[in-house]
Amino acid sequence: MARSDRPRLAVFKFASCDGCQLSLLDCEDELLSIAERLDIVHFPEASRRMLTGPYDIALVEGSITTAHDRERLTEIREQSGFLVSIGACATAGGLQAMRNFADVSDYARTVYPHPEYLSTLETSTPIADYVAVDYELHGCPVDKYQLLEVVLAFASGRRPQIARESVCMECKARGNVCVLVAQGQHCLGPITQAGCGALCPAYSRGCYGCFGVKEQAQVGPLIDHLRAHHGMTLSQARRSLRAYNPAAEPLQIIALQCDKDDVSGSKKGSGGHDG
Amino acid sequence: MTGKDIPIRAGLKTRRIDVDYLARVEGEGALMVDVVDGELRDVQLKIFEPPRFFEAFLQGRALTEAPDITARICGICPVAYMMTAVHALEAMLGIRPDEGIRRLRRLLYCGEWIESHVLHIYMLHAPDFLGFDDAITLAREHPDVVKRGLRMKKAGNDIVKLLGGREIHPINVRVGGFYKIPAVATFTALLDELKWARDAAAETVFWAAGLDIPDMHRDYEFVALRHDSDYPFSEGRIVSSRGLDVEMAQYPNHFAEHQVPHSNALHSVRKPDNTPYFVGPMARYNLNRDRLSSATRKLACEVGFDRTVDNPFESIVVRALEVFQAFDEAIGLIDNFFVPARAAEVVPAGGGVGVAATEAPRGLLFHRYEVGEDGLITLANIVPPTSQNQLTIEEDLRDLVASNLRLSERELTMRCEQAIRNYDPCISCATHFLRLQLRHG
Repeated sequence: MARSDRPRLAVFKFASCDGCQLSLLDCEDELLSIAERLDIVHFPEASRRMLTGPYDIALVEGSITTAHDRERLTEIREQSGFLVSIGACATAGGLQAMRNFADVSDYARTVYPHPEYLSTLETSTPIADYVAVDYELHGCPVDKYQLLEVVLAFASGRRPQIARESVCMECKARGNVCVLVAQGQHCLGPITQAGCGALCPAYSRGCYGCFGVKEQAQVGPLIDHLRAHHGMTLSQARRSLRAYNPAAEPLQIIALQCDKDDVSGSKKGSGGHDG
Repeated sequence: MTGKDIPIRAGLKTRRIDVDYLARVEGEGALMVDVVDGELRDVQLKIFEPPRFFEAFLQGRALTEAPDITARICGICPVAYMMTAVHALEAMLGIRPDEGIRRLRRLLYCGEWIESHVLHIYMLHAPDFLGFDDAITLAREHPDVVKRGLRMKKAGNDIVKLLGGREIHPINVRVGGFYKIPAVATFTALLDELKWARDAAAETVFWAAGLDIPDMHRDYEFVALRHDSDYPFSEGRIVSSRGLDVEMAQYPNHFAEHQVPHSNALHSVRKPDNTPYFVGPMARYNLNRDRLSSATRKLACEVGFDRTVDNPFESIVVRALEVFQAFDEAIGLIDNFFVPARAAEVVPAGGGVGVAATEAPRGLLFHRYEVGEDGLITLANIVPPTSQNQLTIEEDLRDLVASNLRLSERELTMRCEQAIRNYDPCISCATHFLRLQLRHG
């Protein structure tokens, strides 16, 4: 492929920790060949060269928390062929979406002596709340091999091959003992999307859901089970649902039910929402 | 990066350079330098990174959740955040993990310092010294240099991945110790690569010392931890080059955070005179050279660094020396592996006030928690290294611009960016994008 014909890749950041875009730089063995295959024309964390669009593929990290960022996102969408949101912040608001369940002015007063200097929205929301997104890659952080797969797939015009099953499937494949059944640990594996390789159970701890909620997750029944049989308190349930992907709808629904102290069998279905 | 002539006031001619995004830093910020009629008027380092309010949403969370939550402040140095939270909460609860856990924690720190420092040396800072936009274009002319850096970075990440579970936001750190201690053989399997990497780190030191390093000296107050015997990671007292020597818990009595209208990051100052201070590799190095391993000291002598370093552009060499030190220590820790009695100590019930400071790759990181008897956090205060260095960066830029007005706008802009990157600023931590707006006439 002639150098000028290479797909143009851009990386953008909103409110985030930089960890998901860092995953690209953490591809130590692959980075230089990726840079041959794609023209990385906008990646401020890595380069002073920041070319204007249009871009063939845009990777977008972070959540939308300011009016200015909302406008910037709209411009990015207009300039981009495929727009891929990467990570828990971009796909489910990130940890900072905990503000969505609090009074943000209280938050600002807690952290800053002069909250009036700040400009921030009441909420932290996923990219797909504002613009059309071609693909959402889960994870806090994303898995670098999944990120490579997504980038290379869009670069060659095919859909990414990313498993949408639960962490439990990876856990079984890895041969882990089930930490929920055997040890009674509060494991969110059954409702969490695969991708991490069932890392936490492999390290003897329950999954805490950093890869976000899987499609058709039965959030209510799992929480109900953990509360009934494994000593999970309402407060623990609420905190585990409002953590790394708090704006994911199936988690929000059950967290709200926890708020009402009303996690009952009849009301807890997630309704098949996609996280 | 455009330069154009625009009049700002009658009779004065002002040129403005806009760099819409300061690259190769972690986060979003801007620099504004005002020079009118050949005189420097103002320097402001602006941090646009939107606030994420970590200290607020830590309130009401269980103390055991603090390590995983605070990790998300920074994708590049999550271990530092996790471990500072762990140390603060263990101090509060009276938990004292054994020597095996202490050593594994040092090993984890070694891994993070390596991946973070090597990323900065090779991918973020070196392109400034060699006149490239990034490491990818640098690799076209110097492929062996960049490949060496990438392989070293991977060796550091391999330590974090083994002990932490993954490179970014590790999952194996908990209050009291670890969830699981990997088998000894999995550590010794890293040794060959770590030994290659230690040699590569020595080559990196010579290579960095041979770069064309701008000359600049200022009288800084360096602040870092200092430990009885070891190069500081997470133990010791807070000391400074101007005689401060206090316990970690005394930090709030000697340092304060101020908010300025132009930045979403708080600025830290030394009490009582609100003066700037300097944290990070150079501060650690100047205050702890006698705590380096004999091999690191020997290497430092060979490149003429057996001295106080007060030129921030030489920080790239100091970082390389710290990378060597970290590989050297990591190899020692694995060679003399000390299996902990248990993976973690039991976390007792109760609350109180917990305070700790550790040395993140970018410098001193301070955490303070107040916890209720129910184990839920009621107050959290986190002071990252970049907000502590922010005033010092502004003063460096003031000095640099004032003494380099003869440079072309492009050269001066590049030099200012390089000077900011001397501090490896992590703006995601300090709340991140640097937009360089240099106006001068």
